[in-house]
Amino acid sequence: MLVHLINGISLGSIYAIIALGYTMVYGIAKMLNFAHGDVIMVGGYVSFFAMTKAGLPAPLALLLAIIVCTILGITIERLAYKPLRSATSLAVLITAIGMSYFLQNAALLLWGANPKAFPDMFKNAEAIEFFGAKISPVALVAIFANIVIMVILTLFTTRTKVGKAMRAVSEDKGAATLMGINVNFTISLTFAIGSGLAAIAGVLLCSAYPTLMPTTGSLPGIKAFTAAVFGGIGSIPGAMIGGILLGVIEILARAYISSELADAIVFGVLIVVLIFRPTGLLGKQIHEKV
Amino acid sequence: MKKKLLSLILAGAMVMAMAGCGNSTEPTTPAANGTGAAATGDGALTGTLKLGVIGPLTGGAAIYGNAVVNGAQIAVDEINALGGDFQIELQAQDDEHDAEKSVNAYHQLQDWGVQAIAGTVTTTPCIAVSAEANSDRVFMLTPSASATTVTEGKDNVFQLCFADPNQGSASAQYIFDNKLATKVAIIYNNADAYSTGIYQTFKAKAEELGLEIVSETTFTDDTTDFSVQVGDAQSNGADLVFLPIYYTPASLILKQADSIGYEPKFFGVDGMDGILTIEGFDTSLAEGVMLLTPFSADATDDLTKNFVEKFTAKFGEVPSQFAADGYDCAYAIKAALEFYAAKNGGLDVTDMSAEQLCEILISVFTDADFSADGVTGLGMVWDANGQVNKEPKAVVIKDGVYVGM
Amino acid sequence: MKIFDKASTASKKAFLNYGIVLAFFVVFQTLVSTGNISSALKGQLIPIACYMMMAVSLNLVVGISGELSLGHAGFMSVGAFTAVIVSSAMAGSSDLSSLIVSIIVAAVIAAIAGFLIGIPVLRLNGDYLAIVTLAFGEIIKNILNCLYVGIDEKGVHFAFNNPAALAMSATGKVIINGPMGAVGIRKISTFVAAIILLIIILIIIQNLVNSRTGRAIMAIRDNRIAAESMGLSPMKYKMLAFTVSAAMAGAAGAVYALNYSTLVPKKFDFNTSILVLVFVVLGGIGNMTGSIIAAGVLVVLPELLRKFSDYRMLVYAIVLILVMLGTNNEKLNGKIDTFFKKLRMKLSKGGRK
Repeated sequence: MLVHLINGISLGSIYAIIALGYTMVYGIAKMLNFAHGDVIMVGGYVSFFAMTKAGLPAPLALLLAIIVCTILGITIERLAYKPLRSATSLAVLITAIGMSYFLQNAALLLWGANPKAFPDMFKNAEAIEFFGAKISPVALVAIFANIVIMVILTLFTTRTKVGKAMRAVSEDKGAATLMGINVNFTISLTFAIGSGLAAIAGVLLCSAYPTLMPTTGSLPGIKAFTAAVFGGIGSIPGAMIGGILLGVIEILARAYISSELADAIVFGVLIVVLIFRPTGLLGKQIHEKV
Repeated sequence: MKKKLLSLILAGAMVMAMAGCGNSTEPTTPAANGTGAAATGDGALTGTLKLGVIGPLTGGAAIYGNAVVNGAQIAVDEINALGGDFQIELQAQDDEHDAEKSVNAYHQLQDWGVQAIAGTVTTTPCIAVSAEANSDRVFMLTPSASATTVTEGKDNVFQLCFADPNQGSASAQYIFDNKLATKVAIIYNNADAYSTGIYQTFKAKAEELGLEIVSETTFTDDTTDFSVQVGDAQSNGADLVFLPIYYTPASLILKQADSIGYEPKFFGVDGMDGILTIEGFDTSLAEGVMLLTPFSADATDDLTKNFVEKFTAKFGEVPSQFAADGYDCAYAIKAALEFYAAKNGGLDVTDMSAEQLCEILISVFTDADFSADGVTGLGMVWDANGQVNKEPKAVVIKDGVYVGM
Repeated sequence: MKIFDKASTASKKAFLNYGIVLAFFVVFQTLVSTGNISSALKGQLIPIACYMMMAVSLNLVVGISGELSLGHAGFMSVGAFTAVIVSSAMAGSSDLSSLIVSIIVAAVIAAIAGFLIGIPVLRLNGDYLAIVTLAFGEIIKNILNCLYVGIDEKGVHFAFNNPAALAMSATGKVIINGPMGAVGIRKISTFVAAIILLIIILIIIQNLVNSRTGRAIMAIRDNRIAAESMGLSPMKYKMLAFTVSAAMAGAAGAVYALNYSTLVPKKFDFNTSILVLVFVVLGGIGNMTGSIIAAGVLVVLPELLRKFSDYRMLVYAIVLILVMLGTNNEKLNGKIDTFFKKLRMKLSKGGRK
């Protein structure tokens, strides 16, 4: 039981880091960035090649992945999403899906279809005994990384000027512009942060489940998106809670009910939550004005 | 020229009429009196064959399709490089591991004028395409779609890989005979006909032999987290884990077991071959893994050595079992055509229709005298159901290479 | 007078759609019967018609009712697997009667599924509604992955998550085998049947849209609060659109399934839902003609791109992005609009002369 719980929290922590990217972009740009999952995959490949081909140590490889993904995120935003800022949300959604196809197929052409086994970054670390349960080191690192990221992001959005500007833009774009906030810059910054987080998530995901393919990011992407909605999309602590709950439910369902129905149960819980809290666990209730 | 065409049509009609008399396994040997077969007279195989391959070249299963196509490409290059009168044109079409796309790909090949198909690579699309090919009379030799439903009731579809049931019982027998385990755990992919098929026959055989199965867990194509499955095997005290699955999930299971310090014996089947070739895979994790496989890239016979060398030089990676299957498919079809040509005073395939070739190939593949050699087995023979008969080899991984057991 | 004008444009539009479908049918049926068609295109005629049905039925929910649904493929799969079971159970009957009964039963079962799912879904709004439809689509796929159906002389047997529980007699045959799906499906769909069904679906949708009910649905879409204060029940009308749409997707799924000899639940995942949504958005939200054309073009496009071989799906993605950027860019749109306005002015001037 304890093992499953910790594995669930670890999987959930990875979901949470991905969900943060979704939630921040949604909060600011009001769009579902379906290409986010594929940015994770790119992050995985970059760090993979950095470690195996260039022989860089793991921290440098991670840094390189963050840089590449950040640039990729900003480029995608500039090229594909910025021209559609005033278009319907559906048009942006389809463009994001097109971008997701593009990244997957570009990866297929560049790096081939053969799955790559992600190198073990914690090779020398032994499994850790925890009340009689054996926990893999990656699981602990994922949980730890999630907490650190959460604290930094919360401080960033509440204490710094840029972070406050970000929240202002998400509240009211028009008013924020009037207050002298550069909306375009803020949106680009959000994409940059989200994509940087995607790189971290990519490295963690591939370390925990060491197989890397062009489609690696798509399913975790959808799950993390679910997690973001679960916690209340647009809310940073919501993404964390949503992610972890989702991971724990998934692992426990797989262990004690049925591995085929695990996903159905996860989505079932999501539906029940949304029926009682229509904007997610920590989402803001918006009352319509007549 | 006209005469030649006429005789060609006649020959085709004759063969068709013969094949029409039910699926007799009797060798069809039309009298070699000059009017039979498109005769060049000397028993030689000539002309250009349009060979199609269908498989997933993009999407999640792309690795299998690309391996088969690359393997077949090596074979075709070799055949064409001989410079003889017989040449093969190869065209590969993508099906994204989807039945609908696969049927589209098949029709695309028909528009190109395909004469025989080495495909399809994966099982579900193969069932869809083989139904079409059966009514259109197009010959199919699938390199790797191993479910029995692929060939069931279709006289034109043959398998180059083992059908699933054989592998499961052979594995159980091997484990029992060599006393490898007292408690067995099984982890299988229940979304995959290949994996489920082997699991079912393994289980039946194991129960018959009295092997104790303590843990049975499943996963599906999208699964990357195996903590539950491996944990279940560990907590039930299994000392051998049977993995009737492909090597990508297998590598994840080995990794998961290692990270929680669980060290049972692992036993795989032919889908496990390729685990050593995953880029970046820590082969020490696979130390001691046993598998039954018809192909191993480390075999030292000339056929395998030649294939592995050429494949590695051209594609920069060690060929997997799928690549070997693709390679053998092209050669098996060539061998069948040569067999027919030798018996019937020659064969020119250039302008033959797919229907004509289909009946010729069916007659040869069901001929008791026909056998083909390849890198996945010597002396492969087929039965009337389209299933192949060849011997699996048991190998164990030691120091990152296969060693025969 | 004005009202009359409006009604006539609405029916003009409706007849345009029937015309397009009939033209599609006549052109391709002639090509098929004269043998002037590539087998690649011929093999795609039935799936194209099915995707057209999917696109117009989804447009009823997304365009007319204004709810973003990301799980439409789920209803298609309910219809598809229902049709597989019904057609196998009717193995003794003629192809045509099996096909008709399969389609009807599939539509009814899918409608029931749509109604049940609609109860929780339609309480939500916007993106939350979208994610719940996605969730239901995935749940349907997961449940079908656990479904085992067999048939023997005693009738049809069902089992859940345990193939051994089918308890069939020795002569029994498994029709649906969990995640491995159905094999040995009767291939009884025809192009003619698909076209007739497509026209029936168009007639239903267009009459619905142009009726009092349709106007109520659109009023709720445009301003729910205003519509509610006029005494319209949003739940009732949204539910109507959602259920009708689900039934049509089920019928489309039936025709689709009976065109292939094998079918797996994974076919109807999130990606298929998105594919259909792309047809609707590219064709124009609320625009049935657009949905039909977009579905036709976008189903054939990846096949036409086969000559790019490895680059095929990459080119497809680029085309998709460029089309979205092109059609939704205000500056460009403005230019196209003024161009057409000028053209129309010139034409009408020319006409007066």
